[in-house]
Amino acid sequence: MNNEDYKGLMVFAEQREGKIHPVSYELLGKGTEIAQQLGIEVSSVLLGSGMDDQISELFYYGAQKVYYVDHPKLADFDLLNYKHNVCRVINEVKPETLLVGATHLGRSLAPRIAAALDTGLTADCTALEVGAEGNLVQIRPAFSGNIFAHIRTTTRPQMATVRYKVMQKLERDTSKSGEIVRITPEIVDSVLSIVGKETTGGVNIADADVVVCGGRGLKGASDFALLQELADALGGVVGCTRPVVDDGWMGKEHQVGFSGNTVKPKLYVAVGVSGSPQHLAGMRDSDAILAINADPSAPIFRLADYGIVGDLYEVVPKLTAEARARS
Amino acid sequence: MADIIVPIKQVPDMERVKFDTEAGRIDRSSASGEINPFDLNALEAAVQLKEKLGGTVTTISMGPPQAESSVRDSLARGADRGILLVGKEFAGADTWATSYVLASAIKKLGAFDIIVCGEKTVDGDTGQVGPEIAEWLSIPHIAYVSEIREASDSSIVVVAEMESDHYAIQSPLPTLITVTKDVNVPRLPSFADKMKARKAEIETWGAADLADVADAANFGLKGSPTRLNKVVIPSEEGRKGEVFRGSPDEAVKKVADALQALGVLGSAK
Repeated sequence: MNNEDYKGLMVFAEQREGKIHPVSYELLGKGTEIAQQLGIEVSSVLLGSGMDDQISELFYYGAQKVYYVDHPKLADFDLLNYKHNVCRVINEVKPETLLVGATHLGRSLAPRIAAALDTGLTADCTALEVGAEGNLVQIRPAFSGNIFAHIRTTTRPQMATVRYKVMQKLERDTSKSGEIVRITPEIVDSVLSIVGKETTGGVNIADADVVVCGGRGLKGASDFALLQELADALGGVVGCTRPVVDDGWMGKEHQVGFSGNTVKPKLYVAVGVSGSPQHLAGMRDSDAILAINADPSAPIFRLADYGIVGDLYEVVPKLTAEARARS
Repeated sequence: MADIIVPIKQVPDMERVKFDTEAGRIDRSSASGEINPFDLNALEAAVQLKEKLGGTVTTISMGPPQAESSVRDSLARGADRGILLVGKEFAGADTWATSYVLASAIKKLGAFDIIVCGEKTVDGDTGQVGPEIAEWLSIPHIAYVSEIREASDSSIVVVAEMESDHYAIQSPLPTLITVTKDVNVPRLPSFADKMKARKAEIETWGAADLADVADAANFGLKGSPTRLNKVVIPSEEGRKGEVFRGSPDEAVKKVADALQALGVLGSAK
């Protein structure tokens, strides 16, 4: 098979419990931009059960064609059936590029597809560009975000997982429509079975507009109440650094950084956070950064738009009061 | 009884490693090599499974000759056997070619029950090699495992994270799991274990040793479908960098004014 036989850009539409994950819309937005540069088509592949009413959303956000595989076995993430059916669609459609959200699901599924199709895969990209001869340049942070690697793929499809909350989705345009291509599902022995499901606390730090993050400048777990008050006043949520999680002060779902969550809020408030490279890797793309720290030499100040050098126990309550007064 | 395989990688100490901006690459001489921290969780999980089920733990690593120290360290931490895949043919491999070599070596080892991988490496940060190994071996995998709930000679029940949802998933053996830091706290090796590991034999396999199970065209840079075009060092972002000192009242007012101007404060909510 020659690389020239592959045409178009395809986005894997991730869904959880019948709801399409917003990262899929973001990828359709970026995919549309790339496709317009190259004069190619943007399609999407959706696996699920009874999701007909949601297919139009993929059109509203940029898909021109949706390949839909509908089967009760595909309602939840079923690794081997997802892999098998996505591979079937790719072998049929032969897209030049396949983009997958770098969620837990995407990062588990995409490598299986890449190995099965003998093609290259770049993980957790934060930028995509059109390079020489129309090749996709896949840009990803490496070494805790201290460098960016520009990667190309010699095989097809060119596959990349792309970080959530990095690409821009298009305005939802309900006048758009497209072609639905129904693919007959082929169900294999799934082998894995889900025997239980739990949902944790529900703080979804990656989606918050304002994150108030506490580090080891705080003296104890109970002091996070101060940050919660500020977060409430700003309409945000509380995050924390890795050492705070390691000490058991906060749950891992609150952790911001290389080994925790990546956030991109409108405002990031770092309180008593020194700013290790591993922490900065998880928040450096925030729209605005405010740092509050007693140590003027803390690295976090170098990345901050605004900084207050001072005792957080004095500054934070004042800022909370000011925020309440102005809201 | 369970025969368990743990693929490990030697990585630089990420707190110390320097980036050579002139050469555009990592200066690996700036920090000593150690076992990828997530692989320590994988190894601990494997040793705990062996303690429960009986059997063996074998670590396997592809890397330069100096990665032998990490394979040796894995023996001190409870592995029974350590294999280092070394050779210039393997150099420059991406995740596809790396997983191909590791999976080929696992085929050569013969029957196994469970492969335990770290969720990712701290230097590459892809998390792709584990699932790719599973695909090469045509076995299922479960990624982002934060807890191993049950294990028997025929199946395993683990808790896998999918963002804020946690799924308990059962898999028959053989299977592959990738574990997060939450799965356990790795034990430190005792002095006696370290001494024993110092004398242990590390098996070294080269490309020729995989001849009957693998196609050498898929090894290393030559076999890798992804290529590094270049590395870019980000310039410091154009942040405003307005730092206020002195009176907290005044600083808070100024910051509040700035946040209001940005629309994150005092806007209609």
